Amino acid sequence: MLVFDRAAVRAHRERAAARWPQHDFLKRAVAGRLLDRLRDVTWRFERALDLGCHGGTVAELLPEVGGVGTLVQADLSPAMARRAAANGRPTLVADEEALPFAPDSFDLALSVLSLHWVNDLPGTLIQVNRCLKPDGLFLGALLGGDSLHELRVALMEAETELSGGLSPRISPFAEVRDCGGLLQRAGFALPVVDSDTITVTYADPLALMRELRGMGEANAVRERRRSGTPAALFARAAERYAERFAQPDGRIPLTFQVLYLTAWTPHETQPQPMRPGSARARLAEALDTVERPAGDRADPGPPHGRG
Amino acid sequence: MTETTHTEAAPRDPHRVDPKLLEILVCPLTKAPLEYDAERQELVSRQAGLAYPIRDGIPIMLPDEARRLEG
Repeated sequence: MLVFDRAAVRAHRERAAARWPQHDFLKRAVAGRLLDRLRDVTWRFERALDLGCHGGTVAELLPEVGGVGTLVQADLSPAMARRAAANGRPTLVADEEALPFAPDSFDLALSVLSLHWVNDLPGTLIQVNRCLKPDGLFLGALLGGDSLHELRVALMEAETELSGGLSPRISPFAEVRDCGGLLQRAGFALPVVDSDTITVTYADPLALMRELRGMGEANAVRERRRSGTPAALFARAAERYAERFAQPDGRIPLTFQVLYLTAWTPHETQPQPMRPGSARARLAEALDTVERPAGDRADPGPPHGRG
Repeated sequence: MTETTHTEAAPRDPHRVDPKLLEILVCPLTKAPLEYDAERQELVSRQAGLAYPIRDGIPIMLPDEARRLEG
């Protein structure tokens, strides 16, 4: 099922490219946190991919972290790619849903705040896995579950009030609990998923919406109303937003939940689980005790009624 | 990947595609190797019947931006 309109995702980034440096603060913050994880890795990555590079923020922050040779930048939007290419690094336009890379092209794949716009996240992760060499590292950051919840609530309440119905104005986001399994099914080993929350405050709802558009993060859900948000609805949503969420100083907060995905492509030198029954020493002996059978399994009880 | 013009030591021209990209790019639809047409600045996927344009040294690897090959 297609949730996102990829042409709209691309159009939003095309429009955002011109004024990207004014709205790259979230990308910058999240990229910094993601790249921090590279500091723990002692070896050098000869060739890395920045998937969804926007205006080239990762390339800007990377030299401070070090450990990466060539960085290839890719974005869905030609205007963003042109902006990123100004740093002189190899750059291309590519769709995360159909990657144009040969197997074993990279030692490291990075993706900062782009994969939450992908329809088929499992499919994209499989493709990322294939373009990585064995023992390659994937580091991804994407918006998750609770992101923009204040905006979701304000729009929902205003829309229910005014029209008695709802249309999707905020993206559905991935959840922490789904991502580990997704990485494993895509063929990755040693997956780790964690999240943090970044809350940003704005003077008013108009400033907030301007920022989301400036980041290229405007609504691109396929089932959205193409006419955009009507002025009356937006005005009511802005009131509800302020009533429910405004801080004592009058500013309004917006929450971004960021999911960080870390995983490796499998390699024989990584820790492997042993086959059940392959142990050659008894636990009881190591503990200097006597092994006793645990007895029969617990009685599962009568089946649950479903009537 | 086949390249018709590529000088190893030449300084990188921002309007030419980076040779490092030519080593790793494949057709996004078929994942088959591409032919580099330096004259037309295109990456040609025979299997898909598409030629992906290179604009200002940036390969545009999107099927809906590619030129359909005749025949």
